[in-house]
Amino acid sequence: MDIHEYQAKEVLSNFGVTVPPGALAYSPEQAAYRARELGGDRWIVKAQVHAGGRGKAGGVKLCNSEAEIYEATENLFGKKLVTHQTGPEGKGIYRVYVEGAVPIAREIYLGFVLDRSSQRVMIVASSEGGMEIEEISAERPESIVRSTVEPAVGLQDFQAREIAFALGIEPAMTQQMVRTLKGCYQAFSELDATMVEINPLVVTSDNRVIALDAKMTFDDNALFRHPQIAELRDKSQEDPRESRAADRGLSYVGLEGNIGCIVNGAGLAMATMDTIKLAGGEPANFLDIGGGATPERVAKAFRLVMSDSNVQAVLVNIFAGINRCDWVAEGVVQALKEVQVDVPVVVRLAGTNVEEGQKILAQSGLPLIRATSLMEAAERAVGAWKNDLDQNTRVRAVK
Amino acid sequence: MSILLDRESRVIVQGITGKIARFHTKDMIEYGTNVVGGVVPGKGGETVEGVPVFNTVKEAVEATGANASLVFVPPPFAADSIMEAADAGINYCVCITDGIPAQDMIRVKRYMYRYPKDKRMILTGPNCAGTISPGKALLGIMPGHIYLPGTVGIIGRSGTLGYEAAAQLKELGLGVSTSVGIGGDPINGSSFKDILEWFEKDPETEVIAMIGEIGGPQEAEAADYIKNHVTKPVVAYVAGLTAPKGRTMGHAGAIISAFGESASEKVEILSAAGVTVAENPAVIGETIASVMKKNAA
Repeated sequence: MDIHEYQAKEVLSNFGVTVPPGALAYSPEQAAYRARELGGDRWIVKAQVHAGGRGKAGGVKLCNSEAEIYEATENLFGKKLVTHQTGPEGKGIYRVYVEGAVPIAREIYLGFVLDRSSQRVMIVASSEGGMEIEEISAERPESIVRSTVEPAVGLQDFQAREIAFALGIEPAMTQQMVRTLKGCYQAFSELDATMVEINPLVVTSDNRVIALDAKMTFDDNALFRHPQIAELRDKSQEDPRESRAADRGLSYVGLEGNIGCIVNGAGLAMATMDTIKLAGGEPANFLDIGGGATPERVAKAFRLVMSDSNVQAVLVNIFAGINRCDWVAEGVVQALKEVQVDVPVVVRLAGTNVEEGQKILAQSGLPLIRATSLMEAAERAVGAWKNDLDQNTRVRAVK
Repeated sequence: MSILLDRESRVIVQGITGKIARFHTKDMIEYGTNVVGGVVPGKGGETVEGVPVFNTVKEAVEATGANASLVFVPPPFAADSIMEAADAGINYCVCITDGIPAQDMIRVKRYMYRYPKDKRMILTGPNCAGTISPGKALLGIMPGHIYLPGTVGIIGRSGTLGYEAAAQLKELGLGVSTSVGIGGDPINGSSFKDILEWFEKDPETEVIAMIGEIGGPQEAEAADYIKNHVTKPVVAYVAGLTAPKGRTMGHAGAIISAFGESASEKVEILSAAGVTVAENPAVIGETIASVMKKNAA
């Protein structure tokens, strides 16, 4: 789960990381008022969306007066911010964060990630702050400092000092840097984060180390033990179909194609998408309905897939292991009676009791297209989509 | 022979009193697995599917001589259960649980290092379908009837995609020595490389099939290991050619976040290491069969 910059800053400041003075606003009036409260004569107005690259996309404005703040905020509110991380649909701006400007002497990149090779938390830092880490690793890989944390004892001072010196931080500010690094690690490990990124972490001309930006991602599997973090969820920043799916215990990712997929198991779901592509089509989604393909789940899956107006054919691919194909087939038939599906549906069942399952599909009277192998299923789905939807292959079910 | 699991394995099920655990315990016993007990704190003395339940893994090991464990414990408590098994002297543990916090798994891995390598429990999973040595024993939730006994060693991250491969092999009359699910989580007990080492040493395994997917460095690590240490032919399939970057595809670990983590990059790295790559999931079985034919010639 992602949170907003202002939330991440609040979390990190509780762990001893210094952040600029700032305040949240839901309207241009409020933004101007917040600036007056903060004092000073230069402010930054930042769109709060769950995505990086906000600066380049026009979501961050430097303002020199309350009037400028009002105007900048008015231009941001209600807009969709499109950055290289949001996809073409962008993310809605409903909150802005107003911050006092700080005099920047230099910018540093600082990231904490779960490193899957060492199976530990890894600190990634670079003297080239402000750039995306992908750009840094492509253009200035030698500037990157890495350090892994021993989970039994946590981040040690010497490691933090090593990083500070490797980044060329002046000795007078080493302690501030150590405090920042240890604060981030502590927040990461105590709150079950999977990513903490401060880009840039700045050294100011008056010798302070300050987090100018902050991003945190949390482990969904650990939210049960951090209710105060779970509350920070902002559904306005999520794909509505994906969050609806997640609330129903289904794992869904929307894609650009037009063949909807309903599959049990994440690996098989990806393999099914790949096979559709190979057969000349484009998958509309990833959808894993989980191990037990109950009729309720299959019905939910159909509703979800059909809510994407791009879907012009549906491929159901279920490998029944512990549950049986006849039972899954009944689920499919029942689901199609409940959910209105007006595009061709290809069903491929495999595994336990496959013959009985096929029989149930055949006897259902529904114009389903059946397939036995994965390749055949993908070819039929792509074929059905391409062949201008012959009336016989359509499923017209009554709600 | 087979790896990790055979008729001699004495199995306990941690979390045996849960509804799903009971179901699979019954299934494993019917398959012929020597299930000797279960563990649920506070339920010691009960009996499930004819086997005794103990309060602790230590008690279960003392009373039954158990050496393998299946962890069926809910996510908040699963890491603790794995560590309990490691401490009680269990040799091989499969964790089925999906949804264990990543940092719990980091702690589990760190904890296991307190034992010297020859005494360290082998863990596969979490978030996997388990391990089966067809005709001998089943430690997991897969349908036993889709596996024929044979000489193909399977290592896979995904459950149902692994079934797909086993079913394709069965269709061709080919069997499996052992199939090991390593799971879809970012931090897992054993990697492809760890299991490749076992299959390389197993005289019964002729050819090894790796079923990978997007995300993480373990396929690339395996490629490196295969190049230098594996003499047996290896076949691979990598799922997720159409998966977008930066999105989690169902499995917590299935996300492309760095170079070498996309399906096409993994295919390239594995091919360069001499691995025969099945181009699509529909031809995993055929590809294994043709490699076996070539190997026999």
